Amino acid sequence: MADLRNNFVGVKSPNPFWLASAPPTDKAYNVERAFKAGWGGVVWKTLGEEGPPVVNVNGPRYGAIWGADRRLLGFNNIELITDRDLYVNLREMKQVKMNWPDRALIASIMVPCVEDAWKAILPLVEETGADGIELNFGCPHGMSERGMGSAVGQVPEYIEMVVRWCKQYTRMPVITKLTPNITDIRKPARAAKAGGTDAVSLINTINSITAVDLDTFSPEPSIDGRGSHGGYCGPAVKPIALNMVAEIARDPETYGLPISGIGGITTWRDAAEFIALGAGNVQVCTAAMTYGFKIVQEMITGLSDWMDAKGHRTLDDIRGRAVPNVTDWQYLNLNYVTKAQIDQDACIKCGRCHIACEDTSHQAITQFVNGVRHFEVIEEECVGCNLCVNVCPVENCITMVPLAAGTLDKRTGKPVDPNYANWTTHPNNPMAREAAE
Amino acid sequence: MGTTQSGILAGRLPLAEYEKNFSDLHPPLDKHEALVAADRCYFCHDAPCMTACPTSIDIPLFIRQIATGNPIGSAKTIFDQNILGGMCARVCPTETLCEQACVRNTAEERPVEIGRLQRYATDTAMRENKQFYARAASSGRRIAIVGAGPAGLACAHRLAVKGHEVVIYDAREKSGGLNEYGIAAYKSVDDFAQKEVDYVLSIGGIEVRHGQALGRDFSLADLAEQFDAVFLGLGLAGVNALRIEGENAEGVDDAVDFIAALRQSKTRVDIPVGRRVVVLGGGMTAIDAAVQAKLLGAEEVTICYRRGKEHMNASEFEQDLAASKGVAIRHWLQPKRIAVKDGKVAGIELEYTTLADGKLTPTGETGIIAADQIFKAIGQTFESFGLGTLQMEGGRIVVDAEGRTSLAGVWAGGDCVLGGEDLTVSAVAMGRDAAESINRAFAAEAPLASAVA
Repeated sequence: MADLRNNFVGVKSPNPFWLASAPPTDKAYNVERAFKAGWGGVVWKTLGEEGPPVVNVNGPRYGAIWGADRRLLGFNNIELITDRDLYVNLREMKQVKMNWPDRALIASIMVPCVEDAWKAILPLVEETGADGIELNFGCPHGMSERGMGSAVGQVPEYIEMVVRWCKQYTRMPVITKLTPNITDIRKPARAAKAGGTDAVSLINTINSITAVDLDTFSPEPSIDGRGSHGGYCGPAVKPIALNMVAEIARDPETYGLPISGIGGITTWRDAAEFIALGAGNVQVCTAAMTYGFKIVQEMITGLSDWMDAKGHRTLDDIRGRAVPNVTDWQYLNLNYVTKAQIDQDACIKCGRCHIACEDTSHQAITQFVNGVRHFEVIEEECVGCNLCVNVCPVENCITMVPLAAGTLDKRTGKPVDPNYANWTTHPNNPMAREAAE
Repeated sequence: MGTTQSGILAGRLPLAEYEKNFSDLHPPLDKHEALVAADRCYFCHDAPCMTACPTSIDIPLFIRQIATGNPIGSAKTIFDQNILGGMCARVCPTETLCEQACVRNTAEERPVEIGRLQRYATDTAMRENKQFYARAASSGRRIAIVGAGPAGLACAHRLAVKGHEVVIYDAREKSGGLNEYGIAAYKSVDDFAQKEVDYVLSIGGIEVRHGQALGRDFSLADLAEQFDAVFLGLGLAGVNALRIEGENAEGVDDAVDFIAALRQSKTRVDIPVGRRVVVLGGGMTAIDAAVQAKLLGAEEVTICYRRGKEHMNASEFEQDLAASKGVAIRHWLQPKRIAVKDGKVAGIELEYTTLADGKLTPTGETGIIAADQIFKAIGQTFESFGLGTLQMEGGRIVVDAEGRTSLAGVWAGGDCVLGGEDLTVSAVAMGRDAAESINRAFAAEAPLASAVA
């Protein structure tokens, strides 16, 4: 059986599934339940500095968007960091770590951007026996208005500075949590690395308004008729997170920097994809908040069974395997030609491929053949765009079939060139370089 | 009283049983159920369901409107094509129309519940009394319609929308035609047929004159003289006879009368039924009569059909429904003689049949089924009185694609025309299309002097 044991910057856990710093990890009660359910580790809900705790709104904190059958697709929140007393949290963390020595327990921290604030809290956290700290430079709502959270994460210089303080004042491993509310995720990652971080974790949540109430014209979630942007998460953000993880994983400047992958992970499959793009482990929140802690059992068995089926023994066997395949557009092979192919036995004749192609693309799918309703690809028109595959309700009914080298591409009237060729050498590119011999 | 006492008796069941037995066959979807059901629609292009609908309702659009929280807009999409969309949602054999064509059958052998979704939308609009249509300015034209059934009502509504005046003549006491008198009670509960008639007529400009029978109280020639156009939307008033010994015995009844009586009864406790009932026929009428006889407390109900299962007009769904209620369906049996005792039905002798060279042939082997009541459901006929020289064929009125008869200014549609499908929804389509044809004919004529002034 596959070995799911995880060692992330020296922090060991029985599996790579951690709960992210968020509502599910705010109290010993919840974390105990999570560990009982099988979670490998938790990042405790973010601690603030000593003193009166933050307060939360007393109306709705969460908003959502739904897909078919009200399946939750995207989620957002305007909850702040822990609103419990710092010492209550620290006491509970210490107790939980004693109760569950084999699980990872990370303290998430957000204090003002001054050296003394960090210097003051780090020894208190260290005393709990926590395995590491995560710097919350990510939360985009509320705390950012006070100069913390994503307000720090959006300024690489601040990231570097704070990380440096943390490395100076604690022996614990430092994970820097990044905000996606930025144009180039590589910049904060590089800054974190320059400051000496042991790892980065990403993504935190994305600025968002989930909906507008069309009776009151209040944004959702609505607090007394008004709303504020909250942090977006859940299945809908996964593609954004995957890209950001990949950007850091393949950036020469941060290559090899451990990454804890976060963002819409709902199933074992999502987790495996993050790990393949370079994540050393994953953190989950929305899926647990949607379905409860039991989902980790599906994740553990799913990942393990897939690894067994594929002959992967440890997480190291799969980590980063997809990274070399992530490239820039300009290096994509322009001589790779595919055509859509419709499996007529699988086709249920909904006509969606036809209308999508006819109305919005390349007029490459028939509606009638010999007067009979029949959907078939017109190879002369098909550019291989994949829209039909994406809109077809039947899995594997339409597939993109690569044309073998030498085959006639009926659209261009030319045989498929066997050689790899990309934009950098294309004759239409004014900046084209001579192909290297 | 019970189910075991012989004879044709009312009140076989406790009162509560009647209520339970004749409750809604397909209870309405609540909002959540409707959203779940609507989510299954793929919003097909050139959707097969829409093609299969005789009234061509834009089904993908109305379902998407439900899914996006707009049941009122959805109802308008339905009513635009079929003003009797509420009844059609209840009585259409969807399993052989839209739902049979649904691509989800290919995907997972379970269609989108189009009929129930249509009911959800139309019920919502009718509950809120949403009126989507206003009459155009009066055209000064007057049209007579014969028959206040689905064809006549659909025709009248569309004509009223165009600003014409309509007078409907109907032989019965209530409007609705088969919707009121000819549909199993559990398919149209809570007096829905009359509510729908009221909803349709509320547009205004439509007068209904009840108790007026063509050929008895007036002739087609009378109407042609008094009105600018005539639409004939008559039903099938005649019932085929068995032409066998004992047919006139007490206990031999027409299934359509039984079905109509059930619909007109509030509690059904007053409707008598036999202990052992035999229904002769293989169509929807046979099923409706047999199932309801069982629901009234008959101990034993048998449908006897002279051909095979595959020849039955009743859909598979209807046959299954009958079987689930405990009705036995027997095939290849034709009636030979009704056994009579003291003037009352005692049983029926039937003869086995077979297909010989494609022709139905009795085998000579007979058997007797004990029965105290026999329902005839072997087909209805059009009783064509007062139509003058109107061209007929096979006992039905001949019409073209627009519903025009052989006489100028006279249109027809519904069960009375040749090529009709004996379906509410087809009748609606024919009535609606005839109205459009009439309107076009008016437009092609010179405008009326009064309209110009």
